[in-house]
Amino acid sequence: MAHFEKATSLHDWMNQRLAVDTVRRVMAKEYWIPKNINFLWAMGMILAVTFGLLLVSGIFLLMYYQPNVATAFDSVNYTIMKEVEFGWLWRHIHGVAASVVFLIIYIHMFTGIYYGSYKKGREMIWISGMLLFVTFSAEAFSGYMLPWGQMSYWAGMVITNLFAGGSLHADGLVEWIRGDYVPAQAFLNRFFMLHVLLLPLAILGLIGLHFAALRIPHVNNQDGEEIDFEAEAAKYKAGNKKESKVIAFANDFMSKDMMVVGIYLVFFFYLVFFHYDFAMDPVNFDPADGLKTPAHIYPEWYFLWSYEILRPFPADPGLVAFGFAQVIFFALPFLDRSPNAVPAARRGAFKYWFWLMLVDMIVLTGMGKLPPEGIFSTIGLVAAIVFILLWIALPFITKKEKAL
Amino acid sequence: MKDSSRRGFMGKAFGAVAGVGAVASLYAMKKSWDMLPSVKAAGFTTLDMSAYKENELVTEKWRGKPIFVLKYTPEMMGKLTEKQKARTVFINGEGYLVNLGLCTHLGCIPGYNSDTQSFLCACHGGTYDFAGDVTKAPPPRGLDIPPFKIDGNKLVLGEEGPEYKNMKATGVTL
Repeated sequence: MAHFEKATSLHDWMNQRLAVDTVRRVMAKEYWIPKNINFLWAMGMILAVTFGLLLVSGIFLLMYYQPNVATAFDSVNYTIMKEVEFGWLWRHIHGVAASVVFLIIYIHMFTGIYYGSYKKGREMIWISGMLLFVTFSAEAFSGYMLPWGQMSYWAGMVITNLFAGGSLHADGLVEWIRGDYVPAQAFLNRFFMLHVLLLPLAILGLIGLHFAALRIPHVNNQDGEEIDFEAEAAKYKAGNKKESKVIAFANDFMSKDMMVVGIYLVFFFYLVFFHYDFAMDPVNFDPADGLKTPAHIYPEWYFLWSYEILRPFPADPGLVAFGFAQVIFFALPFLDRSPNAVPAARRGAFKYWFWLMLVDMIVLTGMGKLPPEGIFSTIGLVAAIVFILLWIALPFITKKEKAL
Repeated sequence: MKDSSRRGFMGKAFGAVAGVGAVASLYAMKKSWDMLPSVKAAGFTTLDMSAYKENELVTEKWRGKPIFVLKYTPEMMGKLTEKQKARTVFINGEGYLVNLGLCTHLGCIPGYNSDTQSFLCACHGGTYDFAGDVTKAPPPRGLDIPPFKIDGNKLVLGEEGPEYKNMKATGVTL
């Protein structure tokens, strides 16, 4: 290039310097999306929008939040909630979005599992997505520490204690992570740093990777049909839009995506304005106190299933099971040995596996919230064992599946 | 050939320099997260043991954690079993429970009942006797004993005296 002409318009001026037309063509106008996908494929866009809401509301909270054990609680519950105009709005958006984002992530994940979107050349989409899930979990946990309430403190205590490795009693490691004998100033500062800088940076990078992973294998579709994207795109470009199996991402497909996002936002802001309390645990409205434990410690709803896998076992097997639950989803593309990338309903035993896994995780979630006593403890134990057995069974049942 | 081996050398030389730098910075990062000297220095608490009343639980604070101190009555002293004796801190002929006030199950703070002379952890129903030994599961072991040193009438928490070292050696505490 490097030959410039007098620009005829602002657009032309930019085009000569930033190639805006080329970028728009590659990223949007000639990015092809199959026609036969349903609203469940809009979850990615919903997640992007929710992440944007978290980022903006977080920036406003950051202007008044004080990461100091003496002032953190009041800076959130008094300064932001009572003094800062619309401070309550940013906090409620941030709190509700932090909770709802996990609901959408789970829907996004289970959509992928149901339609086999992690298979056959789409493994990197799945793995980068799981990396995002883990980073989001760390982001949520570190953010939960910041208001420095009772549940923040004791969740920090319990979760960092996990790093002692049960009978290994690696208390030195735990104290190193905390920078103190108990969660205190050093702990609050480093979790603040993780929450506002390091983890968001990692998330942004991973979102880039997740999108890039999608670019070449393209998005899967409702029928698991293998589409020749180049041939279909050629038809579309030639004007045979009706015969073509694909559609341009922007503005054609986006209009449908944004419709779903619109409906979601109505639901989202209904929660923000009328039911924000579901994302605010009452226990966390007591300031942190190292000399008083809440009677019953539980995580936010989205961690309950993995918490319940930890809980019904004795310390060491519990930790092993917990570790297993954290990493096993990464292996899904390799544990599913069937050649079919079609909806679970058209597959063999996998269709039962899918629904069993979903129901089992809902049961684990319910039991994780209840105190671990009596029958609930037993149900939790059975559900935790079923979870592990289902994963062990997966390669065997999918290997038997006939190619469609 | 000559050129590529020159590039190879430069690549290896760069790798070596970068490797040394990476290891050094990882070391610095690790050390940056170590406990600050001021935090460590604040990790000692001295208790005046003559101030406690018999069969009345007092919760002290050491390293941000609750420490139970309970002075035994003569009657409690009389019925001490060998196991309970091993967990007891004796100062000037008086017996004391000095324990970390965190349930060894999941870290809740148990409550003391002076009538039954036992601890109950309300979270999952674990109980301990007045010497802090576990009497009902789920706690896997008795309440932990913080490192202590007897200094006349005083007890220094955070320093390991011979009595504490002995408790550790015999497996009374971790």
